Amino acid sequence: MTDDEVIHMEHVWTRFGENLVHRDISLSLGRGQILGVVGASGCGKTVLMREMIGLQTPTQGQVWLLGESLAEADARRKQQLRNRCGVLFQGGALFSALSVFDNIAFPLRELKTLDEELIARLVCMKLAMVGLGETDALLMPAELSGGMVKRAALARALIMEPEVLFLDEPTSGLDPVLGEEFVGLLGQLHRELGFTVVMVTHDLDTLSDLCTCVAVLAGQQLVSYGTLDDAIACAHPFARDFFHGKRAQRILGRSD
Amino acid sequence: MLASQSSAETSALPPLSPPEFAVEDGTAVVHGHWNLRGLIAASPDLRERLCRAARRPDLEWDLRGVNVLDSAGAFVLWQAWGERLPERISLRHEQQSAFRRWQTGGIPAVRDGRRPPVPIRRRIIAAIAGLGSHLLAVLALLGQLILDLAHLARHPADIPWREISATIHETGGRALGITALVGFLIGVVVSYLSSLQLKTFGAQVYIVNILGMSIIRELGPLLAAILVAGRSGSSMTARIGVMRVTQELDALAAMGISQSLRLILPKVVALVVALPLLVVWTDVVALAGGAVSAHLELEIGYHQFFQKLPAAVPVANFAIGLGKAAVFGLFVALIACHYGLRIEPNTESLGNETTNSVVVSITLVILIDAVFAILFRGVGIR
Ligand SMILES: Nc1ncnc2c1ncn2[C@@H]1O[C@H](COP(=O)(O)OP(=O)(O)OP(=O)(O)O)[C@@H](O)[C@H]1O
Ligand SMILES: [Mg+2]
Repeated sequence: MTDDEVIHMEHVWTRFGENLVHRDISLSLGRGQILGVVGASGCGKTVLMREMIGLQTPTQGQVWLLGESLAEADARRKQQLRNRCGVLFQGGALFSALSVFDNIAFPLRELKTLDEELIARLVCMKLAMVGLGETDALLMPAELSGGMVKRAALARALIMEPEVLFLDEPTSGLDPVLGEEFVGLLGQLHRELGFTVVMVTHDLDTLSDLCTCVAVLAGQQLVSYGTLDDAIACAHPFARDFFHGKRAQRILGRSD
Repeated sequence: MLASQSSAETSALPPLSPPEFAVEDGTAVVHGHWNLRGLIAASPDLRERLCRAARRPDLEWDLRGVNVLDSAGAFVLWQAWGERLPERISLRHEQQSAFRRWQTGGIPAVRDGRRPPVPIRRRIIAAIAGLGSHLLAVLALLGQLILDLAHLARHPADIPWREISATIHETGGRALGITALVGFLIGVVVSYLSSLQLKTFGAQVYIVNILGMSIIRELGPLLAAILVAGRSGSSMTARIGVMRVTQELDALAAMGISQSLRLILPKVVALVVALPLLVVWTDVVALAGGAVSAHLELEIGYHQFFQKLPAAVPVANFAIGLGKAAVFGLFVALIACHYGLRIEPNTESLGNETTNSVVVSITLVILIDAVFAILFRGVGIR
């Protein structure tokens, strides 16, 4: 494994009781790539992402994150590794007892070395970045709309300017304008900071505009892993339906 | 790709040089990692030195040697420059955008994330009003319950039998162990202490009266109710609360299902049924404990003990005990549901209201016990 590999999975199997979710998945993702993971609902995309972060241990197989084996890392190492990752969970996972502002400031305050002014400025900048205003900052998570939860969670994932960003369906629940803005924002940040992104998405626009690498999960396996063109050329029925539906052809501008 | 290759040395954090700058003949050369991780490792006086250097207007700033510049690092520099770019500065192309984000404005003003504190007078008023609103809400709950019962009397098919029986099992059946243990021990202790006193007066036989009266009339119902309030009351509150947090209550309402009929009524009915039964059980076990202790301490036979019991304790006491238990059950369930419904969708409120529910229902149980003692002071006592 080279130093440039941010994520490396080898022969990963996942089983929940009788339910086999992943069968022999191997992949590796280089630094600076943007990986889009697509797959049917319930096929194990979220579980795959959790395994990459080490929140869940695969039944079988090995996962390396930022060059370190998650199976061998002790709790402290894992903690350090995760500090370099930003995660946007599918449901937002905002702390319900903290306001939006405090939610986003939370990771910064945990560092215990930054002064409050710097924290406030950074939080406000991230809020502006994701399109939340200053009145929104004082709301509690329960008082937010679904899309606002997404945006606040995104701001929290971005606040540490992480090396690896894990996004579970970042644009679902956003209106199309915001979704497009998000794609633009992520592209810009990616150019500036050169981070690596793993993104679960069903959004073809995001896939075609942003992702340098597309993984298609179907039938418990990785049926395609490579460029978008590889995924489009994939013969698996799910990939065919996904990339060659009417909507897909309209967006991808291809017909075959 | 072998595990041995990814061992400690390759896995260490990439070498990090803290953010620094050096001023040499009119140029400030900035270098190092100007990102969050770097700033944490920065020397404590960095920002102060930066500010001092930034006050020199003629100084040229050279940022081309910076390894990484993120918006936190850019902000520290930009703030030192007085929130503008210095006139003479050399930047790499991609660094400009990090500053542009601070330059363009549109960033909401710095505001503390906390809500303003509530003045003390308003808090006192709120507390008093809160008490009133609690009373009103419990009353409304009770009223709704009566309406629901009337509805069920007319539509017996709507009676939520499954929920009721499940709650009886949960609150009654599964509490048998703990009530038996506590009841037995209390029986033993009360019996032991009383027999020491009775021995000095030579009035050993009265142990049956003392135990029978105190356990059947007071201790049995009180013990069972307090245990149930702690055990089932808290779980009822938390359950309803989590349903609020996960929007299950909204889902129920959207389906047109009455939450009072499906959630609250079964709990209340179940506790009103289960608590008296639990009291019978607690009484029996506590008396057995008392009998054991009396046998050991005063050499009163078991047969004699239980034969004397009906004569020593008028049956009215047993009825009062059971009646109290039913009222306790009603209020424990009502209070639990009341606090459950008050939970706001966040974790803190969940914890607070669950605590409140237990504290209030135990207090209320003792209060009701006192009321019963006053109301029935002439009944069942010879
Ligand atoms: N903790 C768990 N215990 C048991 N089974 C689980 C658990 N988590 C996930 N699963 C199962 O694993 C499968 C994949 O779940 P996952 O959440 O990864 O789906 P997904 O691909 O993210 O779907 P979606 O697009 O709907 O979010 C599902 O069949 C689910 O039932
Ligand atoms: Mg998912």
